[in-house]
Amino acid sequence: MTTDTAPALGGRRAALPRLVSDYGVYAAVLVLLAYNAVFTPYFLDAGNLRTQLVQAAPIVIVALGMALVIGSEGIDLSVGSVMALAAAVIPLYLGFGMWPAVLMALLAGIAAGLFNGTLVAVVGLQPIVATLALLVAGRGLALVFAGGQLKQLHNPELLALGDGELAGVPVIVLAAAGLTLATAILVGRTTYGRQLVAVGGNRPAAVLAGLPVRRILITAYVLCGLFAAVAGVFATARLTASDPSAIGNLAELSAITAVVVGGTPLTGGRVRVLGTVAGAMLMQLVRATLIKHDLPDSAAQMAQAAIILVAVYVARERRTR
Amino acid sequence: MITDSVAVPTTVRPGRATRAERLASLSQRHGALTMLALALIAASVTFESFATAENLAGIAIQSSFVAVIALGMTFVIIGGGIDLSVGAVFALAGVLAAFGSRWGPVTALLLPLGAGALIGLVQGVLIARTGMAPFIVTLAGLLAARGLMLALTTEGAETPLVPRGSGFLGLGRGVFLGLGVPVWIAIVLCGLGAVLLRRTRYGQFLFAVGGNEDAAGLMGVPVTRVKVVTYALSGLLAALAGMLNAARLGSGVTILGVGMELDVIAAVVIGGTLLVGGAGAVGGTVCGVLILGVIQNVVNQIGTLTSSVQSVVSGAFLVVAVVAQTYLSRAGRAR
Repeated sequence: MTTDTAPALGGRRAALPRLVSDYGVYAAVLVLLAYNAVFTPYFLDAGNLRTQLVQAAPIVIVALGMALVIGSEGIDLSVGSVMALAAAVIPLYLGFGMWPAVLMALLAGIAAGLFNGTLVAVVGLQPIVATLALLVAGRGLALVFAGGQLKQLHNPELLALGDGELAGVPVIVLAAAGLTLATAILVGRTTYGRQLVAVGGNRPAAVLAGLPVRRILITAYVLCGLFAAVAGVFATARLTASDPSAIGNLAELSAITAVVVGGTPLTGGRVRVLGTVAGAMLMQLVRATLIKHDLPDSAAQMAQAAIILVAVYVARERRTR
Repeated sequence: MITDSVAVPTTVRPGRATRAERLASLSQRHGALTMLALALIAASVTFESFATAENLAGIAIQSSFVAVIALGMTFVIIGGGIDLSVGAVFALAGVLAAFGSRWGPVTALLLPLGAGALIGLVQGVLIARTGMAPFIVTLAGLLAARGLMLALTTEGAETPLVPRGSGFLGLGRGVFLGLGVPVWIAIVLCGLGAVLLRRTRYGQFLFAVGGNEDAAGLMGVPVTRVKVVTYALSGLLAALAGMLNAARLGSGVTILGVGMELDVIAAVVIGGTLLVGGAGAVGGTVCGVLILGVIQNVVNQIGTLTSSVQSVVSGAFLVVAVVAQTYLSRAGRAR
């Protein structure tokens, strides 16, 4: 269910590039899967597939929130720091049990989103600058909360979030799938989704149409912060430690990459939920493929760079400023 | 630029302005300078050890590398773009300089500068020719440059050293009239940059492109060439900073430069350059860099605070600076 509410894209665009830009990412995922199935030993092993999914899940979750914000013609650079913030908050409240701790971590994400959203929607800052501030300050704040230290966590309930399973599927993968479904419904089937895309497509027009633009934008950033916090909680549980200096490092870049590779244009007005998930899976598969064929991390990074460029080149619209 | 909200001011250079407009534009232009002065005064009153020649020279040298990169970033942002690759180019250039220094100082100079300019050039061509968002192209540039650097150093496990006694080291460690050589280089470059921006045809073209690309193109400004030159310049300057840093450290440290692009952008924005393009000044950027340098130094002086507090303060500063800027430029536009 790709939710397309494309603004008038200019009919001059030929059918083929359009097809490539809309479905290229799924094709790329399939090609990589097929390649690995044939050439990589033990790739189709259940254990390996499971690892790939578990590793991609946090980025999928962050990227879903990012897709909402990018659809509103914004960007959120602070997601990595928000993950760290959520990770730092957990041990502070873990004494009260798992749920209060997780709740506080999620609240921290919501607060961060409120902050970003207010700066963007009410004060009128550019999203890059507004969220850059929290990118810089957020991780610092997280480290201050944590006293600059890694804290081992021993709460079994919390750790179960990281390595537990439900009916053989890791909890974290289920969470990512659930959030994907929720986001797809939000974007495709609710008024809010329509409004978000309208604001992203043409903000002055949305204002004139009487949409509550500020509230819509703030909600998008709040959701993005919340999703980042969820990812932070899962990453912490998987690490079995709260490590604000490492968790979520450069997550903003991975998330933006996933969204962009998935076909959501940076110019807003369109949110592709499944494409985003496929984008995140593609980047994960590329990395895994290179690693399994003994290519170093440096090659993986350069491949990632090339993929980003190709994806955006294919998807670019006639007029990007 | 990707993010282009409703009617943001594209230029703050008044022609014939009312008093309110002049006041707003004045405080916008000199806001960074005022903040810097306040920070300096507050720091020297609070800490005896702050206003010593030694400490100030330390701040200057720390800031000089960032200033050189921020100079290029100022140009890019005035032109309506953004360059996320500078931190990675900085690190790559440091490694290349240390690598090249085994064949003498000339290779140590030319290798990183050539690589930096080339990366910038490729990014500029991609941005100007294909119309892809600068944010994305330079994000890819970041990954590519860092990947290249890791590949050169066997995945970051090796740190190439500059041979002992190499003349190249003087570039980073030399002292002239009490200030380090990198500081002098930064001062000269920023002076040249200000002249380039304000007094040359290229500078005027750049403001025009950043203000309104379509209008600039229709007026006959060579938009493509201006953009390509600007990104090449940014790459070159980032590489120069990396090279100077390698000369100072005596090695090409692979872990440097992560997240540096964001510090640099923060400094440029605090300095009053608008991220929407079409407005900005080198002087403001230098002030922005120095403000962040002073914050860092003060946090270090307090000693009990960690570097995490420093990033909290820097982030808070960034918010205050841009919010103030936004309201000031709105006041300037109000009538």
